[in-house]
Amino acid sequence: MAAKTAQLEGMDYLASTPRRVVTLWLPLSIFIFVLLFPFYWMTVTSFKPDIELYDYSHYNPLWVVHPTLQHIHKLLFETDYPSWILNTILISVASTFLSLFCSVCAAYAIERLRFTGSAYVGMCIFLAYLVPPSILFIPLATMVFQFGMFDSDWALILTYPTFLIPFCTWLLMGYFRSIPYELEECALIDGASRLQILIKITLPLAIPGLISAGIFAFTLSWNEFIYALTFISSSENKTVPVGVITELVEGDVYHWGSLMAGALLGSVPVVILYSFFVEHYVSSLTGAVKE
Amino acid sequence: MAVQTQSTRTPAPILKLARANVWESRNLLGLVFMLPAASLLLLFLTYPLGLGLWLGLTDQKIDGSGGFIGLGNFISLAKDSVFLLSIFNTLLYTVVASIIKFGLGLYLALLLNNRMPFKAMIRAIVLLPFVVPTVLSAIAFWWIYDAQFSIISWVLVKWGLIDRYIDFLGQPWNARWAVIAANIWRGIPFVAITLLAGLQTIPPSLYEAATLDGATPWQRFWYITLPVLSPIIAVVMTFSVLFTFTDFQLIYVITRGGPLNATHLMATLSFQRAITGGQLGEGAAIANAMIPFLLVAILFSYFGLQRRKWQHGGRD
Repeated sequence: MAAKTAQLEGMDYLASTPRRVVTLWLPLSIFIFVLLFPFYWMTVTSFKPDIELYDYSHYNPLWVVHPTLQHIHKLLFETDYPSWILNTILISVASTFLSLFCSVCAAYAIERLRFTGSAYVGMCIFLAYLVPPSILFIPLATMVFQFGMFDSDWALILTYPTFLIPFCTWLLMGYFRSIPYELEECALIDGASRLQILIKITLPLAIPGLISAGIFAFTLSWNEFIYALTFISSSENKTVPVGVITELVEGDVYHWGSLMAGALLGSVPVVILYSFFVEHYVSSLTGAVKE
Repeated sequence: MAVQTQSTRTPAPILKLARANVWESRNLLGLVFMLPAASLLLLFLTYPLGLGLWLGLTDQKIDGSGGFIGLGNFISLAKDSVFLLSIFNTLLYTVVASIIKFGLGLYLALLLNNRMPFKAMIRAIVLLPFVVPTVLSAIAFWWIYDAQFSIISWVLVKWGLIDRYIDFLGQPWNARWAVIAANIWRGIPFVAITLLAGLQTIPPSLYEAATLDGATPWQRFWYITLPVLSPIIAVVMTFSVLFTFTDFQLIYVITRGGPLNATHLMATLSFQRAITGGQLGEGAAIANAMIPFLLVAILFSYFGLQRRKWQHGGRD
């Protein structure tokens, strides 16, 4: 027990409190301040009435004197914002589940069926993860147009898996690898089919991995921008990131209040989801890099 | 498969046997399981990759006209000062942002690796910039950099450090540093959290042994932390370089490539030429020009992984 605590604490006990304040807490709080300030500024701006927003001499810009919901009200009732949110949810959920289904099958095949050449397929999946959307969006745009999917949800639901499947498969391969082979062998001897093994043994054991991959895939599709910007043209079909930047900016007059409110409302769902699954999120982020 | 089921109820034994063979064969079953993922990736990733290489050799317009022109796009791009400027901008953006992200990210990871209260919560907060949609936080930066109402200028004027508000996005070099700063802000959490995961695998006994031998904190960092961490650093930095090099969202939101194309990256220029300007072929050629750089980054990652295998005694 004592040895265990000593191992956990390492040599931290050697540092005195004043020393820790200077070497740890001071730089850490600067980091946290800088990393969080844009969000604070976003929030403050979205609740400021226009008078305070553009008058720094009479009001301290860092605080709200008379909080107002006018920007959020305008967003929800005078723009297509609600339909952007609905689109984003629909597209993110659909593409996440589609990718999870494909990735579970692929990861199981590569990791457990070990068909001839599975190692090379695994390597190809990893390489596919390294292909950036920035070099794919032009040819994809011509394809989307030819398939008649331009300006529809399908254009995004079917193209998002191109970056979700490689990531999810790679992550799930790691999880499947950690499940003991013996469990499957027992089931095989008892007469279970491969499909039964996958559904009744491997998948339940890989649930943490499935949640990690799902959460990460959901936030990735929520954040996606370049495909949504290129493949969608009509306002009511847009996703939140694209809608905010293309529809809320009118000419040279920037309505910063509603822009910030749009950014805030678009971030809140992801942040809430993230706060519930921080551990899963972190494990998928680090898992993808460590393997 | 099920020997038992076969013997108990067998309406068509031969058919059943054939089907059993299908499910028994690893290769065939592997093919069936791979089918959904493979068909999506081949159709929407491999094929467009090839199509993009082809488009780069044509002068296709967005209305469908145009045809093969060989290396025509690249020849005209080689004389295009905006394209050359975008290569310079992309390299500057990638190199400066990646180095600073690495330095600050590693420093933050080392800080977070200390024993402290609320560690899990602090880690969760640190990762926020990475979680929030980039476009939306980029809009916040756009507002922070506003010429008239910039909060940074306001604070600096208040403190008496400057007399006039800084024109962040109006001057070429100001704009370059401004978007690099925004990229660093967004990238630090990714580097810090992934490196932290690597740091946590280093056994404390190594540091204790080194301390007993009289190593200074700097020596402990240089001779233990860095060598053990180097394989993860290679992978993390490859990803970081890859994402920075192909960045599109931050620039598109904050500056749209301006002022005077000073912040145009290759990705934003290719979007502008292909989608806004309708010159699909030329845009694709610009996008293809990124591929050699990306290959260098991937090879770098590959050798990083090789080294990791060696350190783990050649496992898998």
